[in-house]
Amino acid sequence: MTLFRPRTGGILVLAAIIALVPLGLGNGYFYDVAVNAMFSAIVCIGLNLLIGYGGQISLGHAGFFALGAYGSAILTGRYEVPPLAALVLSAGAVALIAFVLGRPILRLKGHYLAMATLGIGIIIHIVLKTESGLTGGPDGLALGDFTLFGLSVSGERDWYWMAGGVLLLAVWLSLNLIDSPLGRALRAVHGSEAGAEAAGVDSSGTKVRVFVISAVFASVAGSLFAHKNGFITPDIGSFFHSAELVTMVVLGGMASTFGALVGAVILTLLPQVLASFEQYEAMILGAIMMGTMIFMPKGLLPSLAGLIRRWRGER
Amino acid sequence: MFAEFLQYLFSGLTSGAIYALAGLGFAIIYNASNVINFAQGEFIMIGGMTAASLVAAGTPLWLAVALALVVAMLVGIALERLAIEPARDSDVVTIVIITIGASIFLRGAAQVIWDKEFHSLPAFSGETPIALSGATLMPQSLWVIGSSALAIAALWWFFNRTLFGKAMLATSHNRLAAQLVGIGVKRVLLASFALSALLGAVAGVVVTPITFTSYESGIMLGLKGFSAAVLGGLGSGLGAIVGGLIVGLVEALASGYLSSAYKDAIAFIIILFVLFFMPSGLFGRRGTDRV
Amino acid sequence: MGGFVRWRAVILGVAWACAGIGGAIASEPIRIGSFLSVTGPASFLGEPEKKTLELYVERANREGGVLGRRIELIIYDDGGAGEKAATFAKRLADSDKVDVLIGGTTTGTTMAAVPMAERAKVPLISLAAGIPIIDPVKPWVFKVPHTDRMAAEKVILDMKKRGITRIALISEDAGFGKSGHDQSVAVARENGIEIVADEVYSAKDPDVTAQLTKIKNTQGVQAVFNFGSGQGPAIVTRNFRQLGMSVPLYQSHGVASKEYIRLAGDAAEGVRLPAAGLVVAAQLPATDPQKPVVTAFKAEYERAFKSDVSTFAGHPYDALQIVLAAINRAGGTDKAKLREEIEKTSGYIGTAGTVTMSPTDHMGLSPSAFHMVEIRKGDWVLLD
Repeated sequence: MTLFRPRTGGILVLAAIIALVPLGLGNGYFYDVAVNAMFSAIVCIGLNLLIGYGGQISLGHAGFFALGAYGSAILTGRYEVPPLAALVLSAGAVALIAFVLGRPILRLKGHYLAMATLGIGIIIHIVLKTESGLTGGPDGLALGDFTLFGLSVSGERDWYWMAGGVLLLAVWLSLNLIDSPLGRALRAVHGSEAGAEAAGVDSSGTKVRVFVISAVFASVAGSLFAHKNGFITPDIGSFFHSAELVTMVVLGGMASTFGALVGAVILTLLPQVLASFEQYEAMILGAIMMGTMIFMPKGLLPSLAGLIRRWRGER
Repeated sequence: MFAEFLQYLFSGLTSGAIYALAGLGFAIIYNASNVINFAQGEFIMIGGMTAASLVAAGTPLWLAVALALVVAMLVGIALERLAIEPARDSDVVTIVIITIGASIFLRGAAQVIWDKEFHSLPAFSGETPIALSGATLMPQSLWVIGSSALAIAALWWFFNRTLFGKAMLATSHNRLAAQLVGIGVKRVLLASFALSALLGAVAGVVVTPITFTSYESGIMLGLKGFSAAVLGGLGSGLGAIVGGLIVGLVEALASGYLSSAYKDAIAFIIILFVLFFMPSGLFGRRGTDRV
Repeated sequence: MGGFVRWRAVILGVAWACAGIGGAIASEPIRIGSFLSVTGPASFLGEPEKKTLELYVERANREGGVLGRRIELIIYDDGGAGEKAATFAKRLADSDKVDVLIGGTTTGTTMAAVPMAERAKVPLISLAAGIPIIDPVKPWVFKVPHTDRMAAEKVILDMKKRGITRIALISEDAGFGKSGHDQSVAVARENGIEIVADEVYSAKDPDVTAQLTKIKNTQGVQAVFNFGSGQGPAIVTRNFRQLGMSVPLYQSHGVASKEYIRLAGDAAEGVRLPAAGLVVAAQLPATDPQKPVVTAFKAEYERAFKSDVSTFAGHPYDALQIVLAAINRAGGTDKAKLREEIEKTSGYIGTAGTVTMSPTDHMGLSPSAFHMVEIRKGDWVLLD
């Protein structure tokens, strides 16, 4: 298990996997699914900081994802802002929104926090659906390729390397953040807010900062996703997508950056695998979700790691 | 002017009573386990769909309703036994994900067992609107409101006057202590699922003549029920009722006086505001931080 | 990942082998890929669409396929989400190597797949109504259903005929109702009809009397037009009667199925709506060129599935017929040739109307595709 502990080791393994996976990807479709999985993973890694390390739930992160996507679409399409600048501006706006909302909302606990974040996600979704003059409404909005320093990212293969690079960056940021003073404060807050306060930690400020960071992760992934698909609909900001993101984090393993990644990859692949079961798809998906959580309540990666550790110990 | 206002009020009461009834089920399971059961909406759907399909097959309404309640209870019991009980000692988030999985499963099963069409039930006491000072109300709305009132009264009696109900309440306050004084925590959990499934089915049956039912109708009702339960304060039956009525009334008044496009958003903004000032909802237990 | 069992393919394969015509069809099958919203909020469209496709592909195979080649149909359910539709369309084109795409149940799911179809150069025939799908014309993208605008025009012109000049709109806030609403506003303006009240509701709202009360209390409303689908319009209709509103109520083609009449009950009496010939097959005059097509389709569908046919069930039928005819004319499945032949479709009489496409018109429907009907005694009565 030494692989997963030191910072650089995990990242190197991940980089190697990202480099090797294309050998097994037969065509554009497989690349596309891999890219979708990586974008979800970026959101989940950010969300995991909040849920896994901070112990704060959010059922509204699809809203931030959608804001990033629509921000990029509107800025590049309507105001001809360069894509990279649009991505940064959108992320900045999302950070501001998350900051303003964060303070009052993060005072809430447990299911009340779930409700509040759910409400924010739904409000964002409603606005995207209703303001059709700006967002195209339920019929969606088209946008162009992503360009980076004059080079245009287009086609599944370009996007694969782009997403892979951003994913590595996200993992690196996340691992560093966890080991930073902010990360330690966050874990202290998770353990006991009163205890953390007594030790001089600004618990409210800590939570807000991580909320903002996770929202920015979602926004950036949303912007990139929008450019990759070339077309977006308000569905990406729906409550279902928010619930899906939380499920990815919990299924993969809370408080584990790589767990969040594994959860995102699995839940992106699963519907593709199950699509062939037609009407039984939903039943099978539900059963797998229940089964995983019943038999691996800590999530896939931590539970498997535990198994391996035990097996090694016995040897 | 007044007739208009009264009509908005009736509209809000109709929706609100539906949300309230949906919210009650959340409150019961939360009380017994501190878990939000995201499959609660599916109990409502199962109640409605079972009754509607039985009536369509020629079963008398009263029998169809009775069978629908039984079916939903059995599903609730099976869910608790097969999926919740084995994970009883896990994190709350883990159990919440299990219930999300269960809701996907039950929806999937419903579209296989039944179909994807909308179904209806005949109104229990006719379709002649009741007129009052220029506004009208359908008799079925009174059934919904009456069922909510009856349910809350029955629950009050159950939790305060019966030994088993008191045991359930005790378990919600402190599971370990309850266990120590000999309360079967397992049985309490099972009963809470059976009870909330029953309530869900009651809701499903009485609202189907108004809103119709389909395999997906549990999603919206579950979401609104959850909102109602949280707004009212988790674990409080009265809170769920008041919360549901507020959400329904806000939606109706917002569509009447402000904007129907933003009525749902306005309802959520009101909920957010209430939570900012009352972080445990309107009637919720004050949270005590365990240090 | 390549080895998933394709149930559809297996079942079709077996059915075809059982039919005992294996010897005649030796070459590669023709692959038709479809992404439909079989579940989710648009399932009332996607489900009948899927049934129709399966029914008619099976039938075509029973009759020996096309050009002596068997047809393989692969359907994925996008749940109504554009992003899933984009991925599934890519899967169909890249992995399943289909020759043609049928789908996009909704405008959103179609548009999400359009960039891919254009890039991969696969003909795509949409089953959705939105105008952006074909305007501006995209070389590889076609559509078969009427646009929402045509439905709105039918209704607005009927109102005009009755001397109505001030109307109220009440629309569903989601895809179908939203785009229908926008078209209705445009068409009304062009025809000098004033919209004095404009309300919306969500697809699953239990009660809309608040919105209707607002309309009722607006001065001078002469008719109400509801654009929506699913259970919403039935609730609107019931609430409309509950409030004792007496102005004419119009619905869109979104409710042109018996399900609506069943759900709305007596409240649906007197409601007018534009419906495709398919829905009123029996009432069409014998001279109507559509009559034999729609009567046969309706009978076949209702016999196979024991449920009432809706306008939407006809769209994939039309798409399939246009594709199969084009493959026949192209003499194969070369995509560029196939695209050209689809574009040359001319005088095809389908469930939606008569279709004549051109390089500048990738829908090609005659405007007379809709019939105005009124609901009387629980059944459709043809008005024109």
